[in-house]
Amino acid sequence: MISRSEVLETNKMISEENLDVRTITMGINLLDCADSDPNKLCNKIYDKITKSAENLVKTGDDIAKEYGIPVVNKRISVTPVALVANGHTQDTCVNIAKTLDKAAINVGVNFIGGYSALVQKGSTPSDINLVRSIPEALSSTERVCSSVNVGSTRNGINMNAVKKIGEVVKEMAYLTRNEGSMACAKFVVFCNAVEDNPFMAGAFHGVGERDKVINVGVSGPGVVKYALQSVREADFETLCETVKKTAFKITRVGQLVAQEASRRLEVPFGIIDLSLTPTPAIGDSIAEIFNEMGLEAAGAPGTTAALAILNDNVKKGGLMASSYVGGLSGAFIPVSEDHGMIEAVQSGALTLEKLEAMTCVCSVGLDMIAIPGDTSAATISGVIADEMAIGMINNKTTAVRIIPAYGKTVGESVEFGGLLGTAPVMPVNGYSCERFIRRGGRIPAPVHSFKN
Amino acid sequence: MRGIITVLGKDRVGIIAKVCTYLAEEEINILDISQTIVVGFFNMMMIVDLSDNTHKFDAVANGLKEIGLDLGLEIKLQREDIFNNMHRI
Repeated sequence: MISRSEVLETNKMISEENLDVRTITMGINLLDCADSDPNKLCNKIYDKITKSAENLVKTGDDIAKEYGIPVVNKRISVTPVALVANGHTQDTCVNIAKTLDKAAINVGVNFIGGYSALVQKGSTPSDINLVRSIPEALSSTERVCSSVNVGSTRNGINMNAVKKIGEVVKEMAYLTRNEGSMACAKFVVFCNAVEDNPFMAGAFHGVGERDKVINVGVSGPGVVKYALQSVREADFETLCETVKKTAFKITRVGQLVAQEASRRLEVPFGIIDLSLTPTPAIGDSIAEIFNEMGLEAAGAPGTTAALAILNDNVKKGGLMASSYVGGLSGAFIPVSEDHGMIEAVQSGALTLEKLEAMTCVCSVGLDMIAIPGDTSAATISGVIADEMAIGMINNKTTAVRIIPAYGKTVGESVEFGGLLGTAPVMPVNGYSCERFIRRGGRIPAPVHSFKN
Repeated sequence: MRGIITVLGKDRVGIIAKVCTYLAEEEINILDISQTIVVGFFNMMMIVDLSDNTHKFDAVANGLKEIGLDLGLEIKLQREDIFNNMHRI
């Protein structure tokens, strides 16, 4: 029988250490909505989403009440829209985005992902339409998230797409200049994108998936931090064991919630994303875990090693706790969503270059980073190319979600509010990569042997 | 389905009586009670049988919460599975 101390431990994790289920995301296939008539296409998309997800929010809320654990977000991911919109115009793409937004508002989810294109080896006319439409689509909708996969370990990097994305990001920043260039926070560019990611902005429902699926992302940086407080002076073996045990416990809760959501919604369970995702709340920060491990600030020498330990042991602990693990699994390091990271940037401890190094061992990549609004499109493409190269060579998912904050410069901040937090504007290396980016074409796939 | 009720807060007269009376009114059977007081701080855990009361989980949870507010305590009802899943393989 369960003991009082175990009950207390669980409830302390929830009430004091910010343990929560970060998201229940329903993946919905839209390929069966295809139609040559743009209006019919949009109507079919709207009907399928609103019918499939009509009980999603209520189910998430019910589970939260019954188990006493917050289910923070209820979200939807759909088939990459570039595939659904094949044969249609750029304007139709924007109309689909508006349809997705309307459907998201109707069912009450806070984000819907999948306004996406997969162009790692090349772009179809539909992909080109979609990518061109992203600035208008994201600036004229509220809840739609977009992603483009521009590279993979198997295929190399599509540098034409990387060049174009730099321009797209700049345009988005300008179009939403009155809201802190907000549209950029809803867009991410990937290398090795995964098809079952429940987290935004990069969630989409892959073509290898079934018609509908429930994916769940758990979280709890605070729980790890508090657990590490009890082993402050211990060696690395003890440190790693503590992270593993904590990750196991967190993930078991995620598994329970995922199975329960899947049962109630009559939608198959897909995966658990074993992630540590911070929020701007005190005590819910990855940077605080670094502090607890023994670093004065995120960015201090040793930070990459600390992150590697954290990421690896979260996976080791979580893997056994869930029947299916997937998504982006690992520790996220978004700057604007983590008060400890923000402070590290403001105090000069954490730079863009160090963050780039950290992305070699973290869950994803450069995330929620504001840079000066006058940064050129080519420089943004250069930052993206670097991050994509890390993913391609190291056979991992990498991503860039960067905000060239219009009219702002280093020392200022951009306020997004809610879970997206506040992004301090970070300096970017000012030397030009314009001629490099202008080359265009494709970086060939890397060699898979001779790993040094 | 079994539920876990946790009661936390400053000790006073009649906490158990009040919670148990409410559960009796709702026809909920108590399977186990354990309770302790540390420096005036009341800490109780109850395991209750909810198999015939699944439909009114919400109402009972709210009812207990209100009793807690009256007594200046935090009273929570949660499904037992969350604890079993976290602490038992």
